[in-house]
Amino acid sequence: MFELYKIVFHQGKQFIPNVTTAKVPGIFRGRPIINSEKVDETELVELCPAEAISASPVSIDIGKCTFCGECALRFPEKITFTTDYKISTNERERLIIKEGDEKLVEVNSETVRREIHRVFGRSLKLRQISAGGDNSCEWELNAANNVQFDMGRFGIEFVASPRHADGIVITGPITENMAEPLRIAYDAVPDPKIIVLVGTDAISGGLFADSPAIDRGFLDQYPVDLYIPGNPAHPLTIINGLLDLTRKKELNR
Amino acid sequence: MNYIRITNHQTIPVSDIPELDYNSFFELNTGFIIDHPERHCVNYFGYHVSNRIKLICCIADDLTHEIYVSSCSTAIQTRLQAFTSKLLCFEKFEREIHENFGIDFIDHPWLKPVRYAFNRADRTKTIANYPFFKIEGEELHEVGVGPIHAGIIEPGHFRFICNGEQILHLEIQLGYQHRGLEQLFLMKKSMLQRATLAENITGDTVVGHTTAFSYLWESLCGYQASRDVHFSRTLALEMERMAIHVGDLSGVCTDIAYQLGSSVYGRLRTPLINFMQEWAGNRLSKGLIRPGRNQFPFTTSLANRLTETFNAFEPDFNEISDEFFKLPSVLSRIERTGVVTSADVQEIGAVGMTARMAGINRDIRTSHPYSLYPELKHEPILKHHGDVYSRVQIRKLEVNQSISYLKTLISQLPEQISPNADLNKPGANSFTISLVEGWRGEICHCAITDEKGELALYKIKDPSFHNWLALALSVRNNEISDFPICNKSFNFSYSGHDL
Repeated sequence: MFELYKIVFHQGKQFIPNVTTAKVPGIFRGRPIINSEKVDETELVELCPAEAISASPVSIDIGKCTFCGECALRFPEKITFTTDYKISTNERERLIIKEGDEKLVEVNSETVRREIHRVFGRSLKLRQISAGGDNSCEWELNAANNVQFDMGRFGIEFVASPRHADGIVITGPITENMAEPLRIAYDAVPDPKIIVLVGTDAISGGLFADSPAIDRGFLDQYPVDLYIPGNPAHPLTIINGLLDLTRKKELNR
Repeated sequence: MNYIRITNHQTIPVSDIPELDYNSFFELNTGFIIDHPERHCVNYFGYHVSNRIKLICCIADDLTHEIYVSSCSTAIQTRLQAFTSKLLCFEKFEREIHENFGIDFIDHPWLKPVRYAFNRADRTKTIANYPFFKIEGEELHEVGVGPIHAGIIEPGHFRFICNGEQILHLEIQLGYQHRGLEQLFLMKKSMLQRATLAENITGDTVVGHTTAFSYLWESLCGYQASRDVHFSRTLALEMERMAIHVGDLSGVCTDIAYQLGSSVYGRLRTPLINFMQEWAGNRLSKGLIRPGRNQFPFTTSLANRLTETFNAFEPDFNEISDEFFKLPSVLSRIERTGVVTSADVQEIGAVGMTARMAGINRDIRTSHPYSLYPELKHEPILKHHGDVYSRVQIRKLEVNQSISYLKTLISQLPEQISPNADLNKPGANSFTISLVEGWRGEICHCAITDEKGELALYKIKDPSFHNWLALALSVRNNEISDFPICNKSFNFSYSGHDL
């Protein structure tokens, strides 16, 4: 018994006291900033493996970006990645960061469906569905529930059955072989329900967007409530995104 | 000679691979393995050459440190004698060839679809009507699990046939994760795109797959990586091994409802992956490994940080492990649970940790060395019982081993000389094979280029490809409630299998 207490004592305090202000250690590729420096834009656009960069004016779509950081390594005078991990939003176009753009990426509370704050503001149960995800976003979603990030303290939890869930979290580009199971799971979630996309693959298809083995028809049919970018998305990005979506008003008060 | 002997990461002209008629091809490759436990098949695949299919078989020999490659040309819709009729280890490979090209293998006991690839020969077969094995009986019942599982994991379907609580048979059906990766390797033309694809094969083995790709690509382009590049790769491979092993120990604890172990192992993974973020900006090491380049040089201050990380990690890790391995309530769940015998492992040709837990010494780090492993004089850790206990122990001991390797490595940092070279174009009409020991086991990438030096084929084999069968065998005669710990103790990849 004493041994067990010793182990518990040796862990110290592991939880991150404030997940909205915590700093990530070392270098981290979060929200990019593009300044007005003149560079060879064609070369820059061609460099990006994910076709996330467009020219004149230069912009980066972080819904397509794989956060490999290659553009910042080759064009350090043009592009820098900040350590800002709060990059989730409910509007797809907000994920496109333009030249000179330094405003934060955040949820637009005006366009959040009204019932979301009211129904899910204090408790949110989610069913995760991996549809071609490479197990990296899955790892990070699991990490969001560990003792350090401890998302459960906000009443946000993952559940086993879609019937117990308030919405689904999709990772991966949605493969043809998962299209049907995804639809069945979504249909089993009672209304009102939300759809959250986690990771570049889910948001835009990422590198798999033009693969013949992908079927993204599901997303044409249903509205997406939250985009959480990253490759994989950092647990802090995930937690802040979900908090931002469900309790915007409470935080602002 | 009717085959060619090559070493790991060697590039040869495709025309140097002898082409045999099918009978000789069959005799040669089955003959290689029968009565030779030191050899196993690392890859066996087909691809279109004009209107025919070319089959290429690669057999690795652990004693000579060589790979024996031979080939055979065959018509598209044809019937061939199955290698599997003599050797079970070819089972998955032949099913894949059958699925992709419609070749029927005579005397193959289990010619079922592998992953329902988008380019399969028969599009009328769909994942929803997979032909499951059935046993009739009044006392028997079936349990279907998946494709979507209870936790946050990838999809796959498990069909159990049970007698009461006891599992008689488990059939694992995969393919839900199929993203057409091998095709994308041909479609995406830049090296960076391909490296990024390699990173996304499976997110838990980012370093393993990207390293396999990088060595392959460098060999194809005739480039010799400098010491600092090898250094970073070795370091990252061992860090990845540790991080996943610790995470899986946490998973096993969760599955036996040992809350303390689950929390402690779970939080101990964090400093390891956070260190990868400090080094390369991504917790799962995406963006770190690139062919011909050392993007994030390993500096003295990083070495100091790593030492600090280990100093804090080791006492806590050893403390919880000591407790874990002596708790009767833990041992009663993991000892003699999910046994795969050494003979079975040998027969199905399992690799990596799955082979080593049953006493079979199979480790690419010693058998086909690369990076800095020859200097580290790596000794694989072997266990002999083939149960969950053995697998969990291997994980614990490999973590300790990796720490000692890394301490040796960072005691002498290499000079940073990497010129960030742009590699030449790959050579025309070449064949390269790349083997790397990821944390699960051997990763095999093969590439073939056409007359213009463009990729004509990119073949990926994750260790899970042949190891999944070990899980199906391990749960036989176990209680169905022990399935989660059997599964977690192996932790095979869905995306790496489905591609």
